[in-house]
Amino acid sequence: MSTLTGTTQLLKLMVRLDRIRLSVWILLLGLVPVAVASSFLALYDTEAARRELAATVASSPGLVALLGPIHGTSVGALTTWRIGTVGAVLVALMAVFTVIRHTRLEEETGRRELVGSTVLGRHAPLLASSFLVVASGVLIGALLTLGLLALGEDAKGAVAFGLGWTSVALAFAAVGALAAQLTESSGGARGLAGGVVGVLFALRMAGDGGEGMGIGWLSWLSPIGWVTKLEPFGDERWRVLLLFAGLTIVVWSAAFAISARRDVGAGLFPARGGPADAAPSLSSAGGLAWRLQKGPLVGWMVSVGLFATVWGGLGDTISQIFEDNPQLAAIFEVFGGEGALADMFFGVAMGLVALIVTAYAINTALTLRAEEDGLRAEPVLATPTSRLGWAGGHLLFVALGPVVIMAVAGAVAGFTYGLIAGNVLSQITSLVGIALLQVPAIWVGGGVAVALYGIVPRLATLSWGALVTFLLLGQLGQILQLPQWSLNLSPFTHVPLPPEPVSAVPLVILTLIASGLFGAGLFGLQRRDMR
Amino acid sequence: MTTAISISGLVKRFGSTTALGGLDMVVETGEVHGFLGPNGAGKTTAIRILLGLIKADEGEAVLLGGDPWSDATELHSRLAYVPGDVALWPNLTGGEVIDLLGRLRGGIDPARKKTLLEQFDLDPTKKGRTYSKGNRQKVALVAALASDVELLILDEPTAGLDPLMEAQFRRSIEEYRQGGRTVLLASHILGEVERLCDTVSIIRDGVIVESGSLVDLRHLTRTSISAEVEGDAASLAQVEGVHELALNGTRVEFEVEGDRMDAAVRHLASLGVRDLISHPPTLEDLFMRHYQAES
Repeated sequence: MSTLTGTTQLLKLMVRLDRIRLSVWILLLGLVPVAVASSFLALYDTEAARRELAATVASSPGLVALLGPIHGTSVGALTTWRIGTVGAVLVALMAVFTVIRHTRLEEETGRRELVGSTVLGRHAPLLASSFLVVASGVLIGALLTLGLLALGEDAKGAVAFGLGWTSVALAFAAVGALAAQLTESSGGARGLAGGVVGVLFALRMAGDGGEGMGIGWLSWLSPIGWVTKLEPFGDERWRVLLLFAGLTIVVWSAAFAISARRDVGAGLFPARGGPADAAPSLSSAGGLAWRLQKGPLVGWMVSVGLFATVWGGLGDTISQIFEDNPQLAAIFEVFGGEGALADMFFGVAMGLVALIVTAYAINTALTLRAEEDGLRAEPVLATPTSRLGWAGGHLLFVALGPVVIMAVAGAVAGFTYGLIAGNVLSQITSLVGIALLQVPAIWVGGGVAVALYGIVPRLATLSWGALVTFLLLGQLGQILQLPQWSLNLSPFTHVPLPPEPVSAVPLVILTLIASGLFGAGLFGLQRRDMR
Repeated sequence: MTTAISISGLVKRFGSTTALGGLDMVVETGEVHGFLGPNGAGKTTAIRILLGLIKADEGEAVLLGGDPWSDATELHSRLAYVPGDVALWPNLTGGEVIDLLGRLRGGIDPARKKTLLEQFDLDPTKKGRTYSKGNRQKVALVAALASDVELLILDEPTAGLDPLMEAQFRRSIEEYRQGGRTVLLASHILGEVERLCDTVSIIRDGVIVESGSLVDLRHLTRTSISAEVEGDAASLAQVEGVHELALNGTRVEFEVEGDRMDAAVRHLASLGVRDLISHPPTLEDLFMRHYQAES
């Protein structure tokens, strides 16, 4: 029996299992660039207007850091700049999560053994899941290329843009495959791979934003950076594709080599033993929640803190640029902000961090569902622990975790910016304040997950849909000229961004809505059947 | 109070399927009660209602004198539960889980935990994700047996245990019941129930089809008899209550209803018995009688 026996059958099974999830990813990622391009066509319909925008972007390290450099004045070039790197991150996340779901998670749950006892080679799951992701990447690339061609954009540029994202899917399928070999738990593998995506995005940000400081080479270290180095609708440096190919071959070979040596179920980092007796802190449902949640919280604080270092370092450059370039304000409105200067930059940046931290809040709320579905809630609820007591410890993390993470983001960004600007304390105070303004909106996002979990647990994963909606409304709402009422659906639309005067009213209302959602979830949880 | 669990007319539906269709069951304090039925008969659903994890649509359940749904928290300090499918936290060791569950129930005796760990040959320093199914079950069993409670609810607790550990499990249950404590043992393993239980309820398709002490239930079924006789045994067919009569030379085999035993044995004696083997009805016979009726 070859090590690849059964790959085709397994691939069919994966397509069957993922038919809805991947279709949504493919359509979304393939069509968003087309939507963005068509709205740029309407917004910047003259060459002069586009040239002006491109010049403004090129002179702003902050914008280049956030989204990447701009390589031309065509609508295609603007679209690539606006969505190229952010979309590449989404493609990368799709790739790693899909591969991990079909490999490590299957092993962890023991389903792999069920399938593996039939005729199946040991590399088959790895190859089939990678193939599934690459095929999705090809479809995404083809869809966006055809869409841009249909809008009359340059063929070479459209193909380069499409190939860029397809290559990201290819490279990160390999990254996911490697991460899945290293850890024994799928959560650990997801965290590892997600962390790699985050670090690579941060490298690109630092490199692109710090071009003037001589650290531009950093973006060459990041496959996310290669997407812009490919220069679609610019010079089209096709040789960058070789970098993707090389990286994929190296990472993939490593993954296959480990997969060939290790036991099914085992990782490269072996599981260690632990204490035979529980520490005194592990004596209550709250203690259990603390034990389960503190690791992820620290991980989030560290990653968000790292991001904030990069942003903080950019603040000074930004404020100088803004002073002699009022036109930037117009572009920043596209992000949902208005006004000027570094505060505004940080307001927008914190808005982005807040969306990421909302993912933390939702994920933490959904651990309740994972505990219930994983049959780990049952033994606890069979002791004198009420449902409220069981859920409460985790919900405390949903409520207070975002406060802590946002405070860290503000403090770190304030510290780095303050070092440059020479007023550390006042910058920390001011930026922690700006960061915390986002917290009520994050609570609403977390509250959606709590309410869905408590009332209709079957639909709890829809809360991710809410987050994607908030993200798209915030990122694309203005570009796509969506009506104000639809923008208002996102809680983040209502967060006051300095230098706009901070009014307590929206914050109080958001907090009340979030409390209502938490309350509704707990009310439902106490009345429904547990799984 | 002498009744630990009393259930009457319990109905539970999931969408269009009826998991329990009017379940009645009584478990007296101090007895080991076998709850028998194949997978999907409704055993776990009934247990989950008793634990207040799900709510019955109709009917009444009284657990240790309280309502399993509204008094769940108070009642749970007096019982311990071992699920059939034990899931552990991947990052917690077995020892930590045992301590946690024990403390949640109001405290754990370290000496008792140590003894049980030795008896069940369980390594408490391994992380949850590295235990086999049998070892996960042992973690839950040790946690339950280490706590001082009045009622033990076990849902197919030996499904993953090897024969040595099954024997240890039986010893632990025997020891546990000495203090007048109650055990509800859901199982589809007849031998286990037969060796441990005083009383049995047999569930099929969400209703109890047979319930009572093993002694009572045996009366309801037939005893198999195999004998060597001198005379012609064909006349046995005339005796009321004799079934499945088979003659093979001088050997005769038949089944006889419990309350017709006397007449059958007298008739047999009149034929001149040289050798006699009598098999009491097994639980398996009881069980199969109810389940084969369908197929």
